[in-house]
Amino acid sequence: MSILIDKNTKVLTQGMTGNTGSFHTNQALAYFGTQMVGGTHPKRGGEMWKADNGRELPIFATVAEGKAKTGATASVVYVPPAGAAAAIEEAIDAEIPLIVCITEGVPVLDMVRVKAKLVKSKSRLIGPNCPGLITANECKIGIMPGSIFKKGSVGIVSRSGTLTYEAVFQTTQAGLGQTTAVGIGGDPVKGTEFIDVLEMFLADEETKSIIMIGEIGGSAEEDAAQFLKDEAKKGRKKPMVGFIAGRTAPKGRTMGHAGAIVSGGKGGAEDKIEAMQSAGISVSPSPARLGATMSELVA
Amino acid sequence: MNIHEHQAKAVLKSFGAPVADGVAVFSLADAEAALNKLPGPLWVVKSQIHAGGRGKGRFIEAEAGPKGGVRLAFSKEQALEHVKAMLGRTLVTNQTGEHGKQVNRLYIEDGADIERELYLSLLVDRATSKVAFIASTEGGMDIEEVAHATPEKILTLQIDPETGVTDADGGRVADALKLAGDARADMVALAKTLYRAFTEKDMAMLEINPLIVMKNGRLRVLDAKVSFDGNALFRHPDIQALRDTTEEDEKEIEAKKWDLAYIALNGTIGCMVNGAGLAMATMDIIKLYGEEPANFCDVGGGAGKEKVAAAFKIIMKDPNVKGILVNIFGGIMKCDVIAEGVIAAVKETNLAVPLVVRLEGTNVDLGKKIIAESGLNVIPADDLDDAAQKIVKAVRG
Repeated sequence: MSILIDKNTKVLTQGMTGNTGSFHTNQALAYFGTQMVGGTHPKRGGEMWKADNGRELPIFATVAEGKAKTGATASVVYVPPAGAAAAIEEAIDAEIPLIVCITEGVPVLDMVRVKAKLVKSKSRLIGPNCPGLITANECKIGIMPGSIFKKGSVGIVSRSGTLTYEAVFQTTQAGLGQTTAVGIGGDPVKGTEFIDVLEMFLADEETKSIIMIGEIGGSAEEDAAQFLKDEAKKGRKKPMVGFIAGRTAPKGRTMGHAGAIVSGGKGGAEDKIEAMQSAGISVSPSPARLGATMSELVA
Repeated sequence: MNIHEHQAKAVLKSFGAPVADGVAVFSLADAEAALNKLPGPLWVVKSQIHAGGRGKGRFIEAEAGPKGGVRLAFSKEQALEHVKAMLGRTLVTNQTGEHGKQVNRLYIEDGADIERELYLSLLVDRATSKVAFIASTEGGMDIEEVAHATPEKILTLQIDPETGVTDADGGRVADALKLAGDARADMVALAKTLYRAFTEKDMAMLEINPLIVMKNGRLRVLDAKVSFDGNALFRHPDIQALRDTTEEDEKEIEAKKWDLAYIALNGTIGCMVNGAGLAMATMDIIKLYGEEPANFCDVGGGAGKEKVAAAFKIIMKDPNVKGILVNIFGGIMKCDVIAEGVIAAVKETNLAVPLVVRLEGTNVDLGKKIIAESGLNVIPADDLDDAAQKIVKAVRG
């Protein structure tokens, strides 16, 4: 088991013909044979796309057609920011179960519109502005480097891309390995929150422990801490390590991610750390000690 | 992106919001012309800088006099005195930092007879993923203090994106602000107007503090602070044209040209990192070992050699920088490309401060080899912990 994706997941690439989409479709094919089943382009439906390994994948004019002809269960969006929201909406309309949007820089009010549509739909969205997700040795959707993964027992969920890599790398070095790592993205309005992923990790038998990486801005970490407390009362609990980026960030400035800002007296690192600790999470003060902290915890 | 008050009011006015007549002035001659257009008998002369707290602020120069950055005038002569006193001077408020900001433009506006001051703002509420109104009867105050001391005096109202603002929504805001009669009708209309302006122009925040009830019972936008979603500027060339680069840090402007996320800070260790989360974490770990970061700098996922070199030069423009930490976890980004960019930049800038480089991820061995064989004085680090300790040690000599 794992969460969200596995070796049976069939993935369509929205924006496959662009540089980014093309590069990462090749990378996914090379990662334990992730089942990339095709891509979409509004004007190039019917053509074929050729992978580096010589394989050819069909290009469809629409997501609906691609899903009907391939049985795709997931799509990944590499469409540029101006068209990303429309691409997600197209995938929602096609009832794609899992949509992963990698695109950085999607206007926030576009996402407000997408979110309203999403809550009434059959789809789950991860992102935007996220690195995607990997189930170790089975399936890779997005831009995470597959080489640092090792099949194992830690579930990882993070708002930050490169900090996800740190957590993956360190748990691999520590010999623990991962089940699934999910980057939920750094934007203020996004498809999937910490709570959604934590619920799945708690329910997943293979996931024995969890690393959660948050950052300043919003109150998603506090909400997640409350969720974990409530679940613990029902007897659902796994060892957890946490980290919050942005302790030293100045107030009122957006720190790279559109969602990383301390404003209105909310979103500061200290409140988040306190909330996570009160939920029983071992919060590491150093981003370099995620793996070591987890090793000590599960030893 | 932030804009000036007078620009914000012009945007709101174009959507039909009740705003006083006013003119932005850059010189004394402008001011004389402006005063002939505004009937009086009361004028308000307001400093235009991208910072709040202007009314309670103080000027550094003695010639500006002891009053704040927003001044009332009961005659045209008095208004011109205020213009002479404030224009070109440096205003310090609780948001500018101790060095203050130079006032390069003023806004002269028709005065209003104020009955009551209210607070109204719009923002994107992350918890519900909807646009929300924040309304309070405590206008003119710092809303964060109100939220802390008397949260019951604040209404937060989320708007359904499919219906937009309904009459019922407008009525709830009016109720929260205890408005009746004309003012109530004004509020219902204003709520719709502001929502339309917010969504059509991709605003990130719209704050009216205060919104006033005038003696004649009507509403007016007395102050307006607007910022826009930087990710949506591509579809608003009219808003892009409002950008005032004199309000921004020179290094941050240069960084934007290269699509780098750079924020100047006060410490001594320059940072160059890929990814916003890792960049923040790198700042945090520097602090953990007892030093302060000089900047936040995220070179992004796909930086090439030129971008890395540009980031280096921007970091080195800060005279406080006593050492640089490069921390790259290459996913898409390849470590050998980063290494080449770093080497090129070190040579080009004749780097005279210690440099610690930590590389991990794609092509890491090749990257490390390029640095080791460059013959340059670069301190390699194995992991983030090691890197932070080495740069802290290096800047302390």
